[in-house]
Amino acid sequence: MSPMARIALEPHATPPDLIRNFCIIAHIDHGKSTLADRMLQITGVVDPRAMRAQYLDRMDIERERGITIKSQAVRMPWEVDEITYCLNMIDTPGHVDFTYEVSRSLAACEGAVLLVDAAQGIEAQTLANLYLAMENDLAIIPVLNKIDLPAAQPEKYAEELAKLIGCQPEDCLKVSGKSGIGVEPLLNKIVRDLPAPVGDPDAPARAMIFDSVYDTYRGVVTYVRVVDGNLNPRERILMMSTKATHELLEIGVISPEPVVCKGLGVGEVGYLITGVKDVRQSRVGDTVTNASKPGAEDLGGYSDPKPMVFSGLYPIDGSDYPDLRDALDRLKLNDAALIYEPETSVALGFGFRVGFLGMLHLEIVRERLEREFDLDLISTLPNVVYEVYLDDGKVITVTNPSEFPAGKVGDIKEPVVRATILAPSEFIGAVMELCQARRGTLLGMDYLSEERVEMRYTLPLAEIVFDFFDALKSKTRGYASLDYEPAGDQVADLVKVDILLQGEAVDAFSSIVHKDKAYAYGLMMVSKLRELIPRQNFEVPIQAAIGARIIARETIRAMRKDVLAKCYGGDISRKRKLLEKQKVGKKRMKMVGRVEVPQEAFIAALSNDAASGGDRTKK
Amino acid sequence: MPSALPEGEPAPPSGELPGYAVKALGSAPFGVYVHVPFCSVRCGYCDFNTYTLTELGVDGASTGTYADVALREIALATRVLGPNAPTVKSVFFGGGTPTLLAASDLVRVLDGIRAAFGLAEDAEVTTEANPDSVTLKFLQTLATGGFTRVSMGMQSAVPHVLDTLERTHDPDNVATSVAAAKAAGLKVSVDLIYGTPGESLPDWRTSLDAAIALRPDHISAYALVVEEGTKLGAQVRRGQVPAPQDDDEATKYELAEQVLGAAGYSWYEVSNWARTEADRCRHNEGYWSDGDWWGVGPGAHSHVGGVRWWNVKHPNAFAARLNAGVSPAAGRELLTADQRYDERVLLAIRLVDGLPIDDLRPEGVTAVAGLIADGLADGPSAMRPRRVVLTLRGRLLADTVVRRLLAF
Repeated sequence: MSPMARIALEPHATPPDLIRNFCIIAHIDHGKSTLADRMLQITGVVDPRAMRAQYLDRMDIERERGITIKSQAVRMPWEVDEITYCLNMIDTPGHVDFTYEVSRSLAACEGAVLLVDAAQGIEAQTLANLYLAMENDLAIIPVLNKIDLPAAQPEKYAEELAKLIGCQPEDCLKVSGKSGIGVEPLLNKIVRDLPAPVGDPDAPARAMIFDSVYDTYRGVVTYVRVVDGNLNPRERILMMSTKATHELLEIGVISPEPVVCKGLGVGEVGYLITGVKDVRQSRVGDTVTNASKPGAEDLGGYSDPKPMVFSGLYPIDGSDYPDLRDALDRLKLNDAALIYEPETSVALGFGFRVGFLGMLHLEIVRERLEREFDLDLISTLPNVVYEVYLDDGKVITVTNPSEFPAGKVGDIKEPVVRATILAPSEFIGAVMELCQARRGTLLGMDYLSEERVEMRYTLPLAEIVFDFFDALKSKTRGYASLDYEPAGDQVADLVKVDILLQGEAVDAFSSIVHKDKAYAYGLMMVSKLRELIPRQNFEVPIQAAIGARIIARETIRAMRKDVLAKCYGGDISRKRKLLEKQKVGKKRMKMVGRVEVPQEAFIAALSNDAASGGDRTKK
Repeated sequence: MPSALPEGEPAPPSGELPGYAVKALGSAPFGVYVHVPFCSVRCGYCDFNTYTLTELGVDGASTGTYADVALREIALATRVLGPNAPTVKSVFFGGGTPTLLAASDLVRVLDGIRAAFGLAEDAEVTTEANPDSVTLKFLQTLATGGFTRVSMGMQSAVPHVLDTLERTHDPDNVATSVAAAKAAGLKVSVDLIYGTPGESLPDWRTSLDAAIALRPDHISAYALVVEEGTKLGAQVRRGQVPAPQDDDEATKYELAEQVLGAAGYSWYEVSNWARTEADRCRHNEGYWSDGDWWGVGPGAHSHVGGVRWWNVKHPNAFAARLNAGVSPAAGRELLTADQRYDERVLLAIRLVDGLPIDDLRPEGVTAVAGLIADGLADGPSAMRPRRVVLTLRGRLLADTVVRRLLAF
């Protein structure tokens, strides 16, 4: 008997009790995409010959990095006991920056497959998402993947999972996404164990948007999960938070290519096309209803994406500025969380201050700008958003160190996060030391097993932005994992450190840091710049300053000699060519006052190394 | 290893020049440079186009046959430059070690030049010489044959510095050779190198004093440049020998100016000092004043009327080309007006007479005031009206000055 369903169920007419909506919660590299691929193949929705690795991850970067940025939903038929069911697999983004999107994906499901690498055990992000799923009352199916790996320890990690979700170790399914072992039993278990969706088919339509993607040809494609009522082609729909109405031009399901259908009913998952061109008009978390017969209340849970990290992005070649603007405008269509505004820097010229959900979001946007739009960019040190209280009672929101008010200020608030770190217990000391150095407060600690421990901290987000993850990895030989979520803000003793070249502040190097770290930051930057900036015809002091107070200083001594001693016959061509080269190179020089700074010096000074704060300078 | 030739367009096999270049002949002094690409050993710092005798096979060029090959290129030069070629004002034999050739061969080449173009009455004829390879008789033969000047490769008077440079000559031979040159009636120049790794300031002072004690007519002092591809370059790269330091070289240059000045030598080009104006090296002045010259020999560079070209590097390839009746030129550049302007600025500014302000483009004229204010240049004076002349500080920072005059 082939478990592959003989006839798929018709969308719009699928009884809710035959629907199973689920997602897969997994850490990067734990094999979620491979398992999803295998499900597509085994359920027969993808021809094995058309199968390409990680079918669902559309973008190149996703495919290369092996991570999922944008989720999707695939409808798969599956037969159990001669009854055909409809499985909707809702793919979730796998990274800390996209917690909100994850939460919306989870809200669209009744159950979750908790997928854990049988050689590595659960990781912090998975744990965080698991907690999120449990808070949403999702049924959890624990699954150990990669059981065919020589290093797999399924028994050990089954214990761990059992402890976490309160089941028996033997309840954990053992699969291999790669070879397909155990995937059929998993599909069966999804049908048997996960609850069917429940909703009122006669109520006004209410559907939740869990993803919204811009497509060059179709405009915005909106993914929804219908809770009550039904959505039909040609009717007008209303976005309950934005109050915008649109005509439903197309409605369909993904299987795994889009298939137009007659509508979506209770519990069903599919896509809508309304012709809008910007994902901001179709926001994740919003409730879609029928414009002529709207639902009384929205489904709740909607919130605006809030950028947490800001960085200045500048084209290396100033003439690329219009291209950068166009590129950001294009990316924005597909990224509701991306915000930016023009900014000018004395040192870097014209660019944009860009807000991101977090560091990964920053990296992805930057990489896409460079790769898809062929731009060479410099980004300034990322910073978080500060609230500065002035003596006259005014509050200034600072997203750029240059906006930090001069002179005396009252309280300064910085965002904090609640971080979860999972690490082998031998690294407890190292992790605690790191978190303490990063101004963390230990909230609690639990042993997942004898060898693995979960530590919970509050940490200033600014400290995480400064290469925390790299430091954590290096201190734990790569074994620790990290997850965090915003947890409000706190008053902190923060100062702005300026870096001055010959008395002139270089805006791109200003940074807001904790008072205790100002000296280390200042020292690190001035010594770095001393190495990077070529000697000039005059002495150039490099200083780090808090307001008018100098906290660190280095001097680039004046260059005394640059003449070429010998200039005869063949030297003349050589020398002139050198001069011609310097002329071209001059275009890449930026002037700070009278000081010529090569573009490379800015790039090097702003590179990740520089972001390491006082930490790496000790080595 | 000799350094690489510049990049340029291929030169025509006939060696033919564009008409405008030939037509320009005569508007500037015309010189001939003869490159002799042989050394008995290669010094560790040297990237010149020279070969130790064992590096070459017997075929093609060797010290014995070299004069004949050189004369063949001179014959080619007469064809290329045509009947209106001007009289030669200066000849310079450089290397390599020209004195590895027989004195009679050097004279034979000079005779060839004289026969081809004519030699001006007061022509300056110089050869470089290794203090170990010349005798009084050798020098007398040269003087009789028309040579007027010898440039002695002294480099340093300090044994450990000579060791680092891998100069094999005996320091005592320098004095003997200089005395012999004077006895033969030749003017004498000595070359010094400063900034060699391990050379102290007192070491440099010792060398300067030793050079002055020889009472030459002319002294050149060059900062050591560590070139890639040399043995010294490799030693520096591997960290076995410290790289020369600009600051140290600057201090040594200042010391040279002070000590040579006190001994009666005046600078007339960044790296050159002479006792009187008549003692300056006119041949080299041609390089810095947009003069024309034909460079004979492998790897030699030439300039005629805004065309620069250079010969193939290897002596055997060079000989083979000439033997086949083909120009040895490997590549050339037809300079644009902008390139000629850049060259004029970068070369003339090196001279004590400086750069005529009237030759500068507006942005250059504008830059002059700033250079004066920064102590890099002196403005026009009664002695040098409407000229910009480098100060001592400016001589060391000539690159900066050029960039500012060219406004970038």
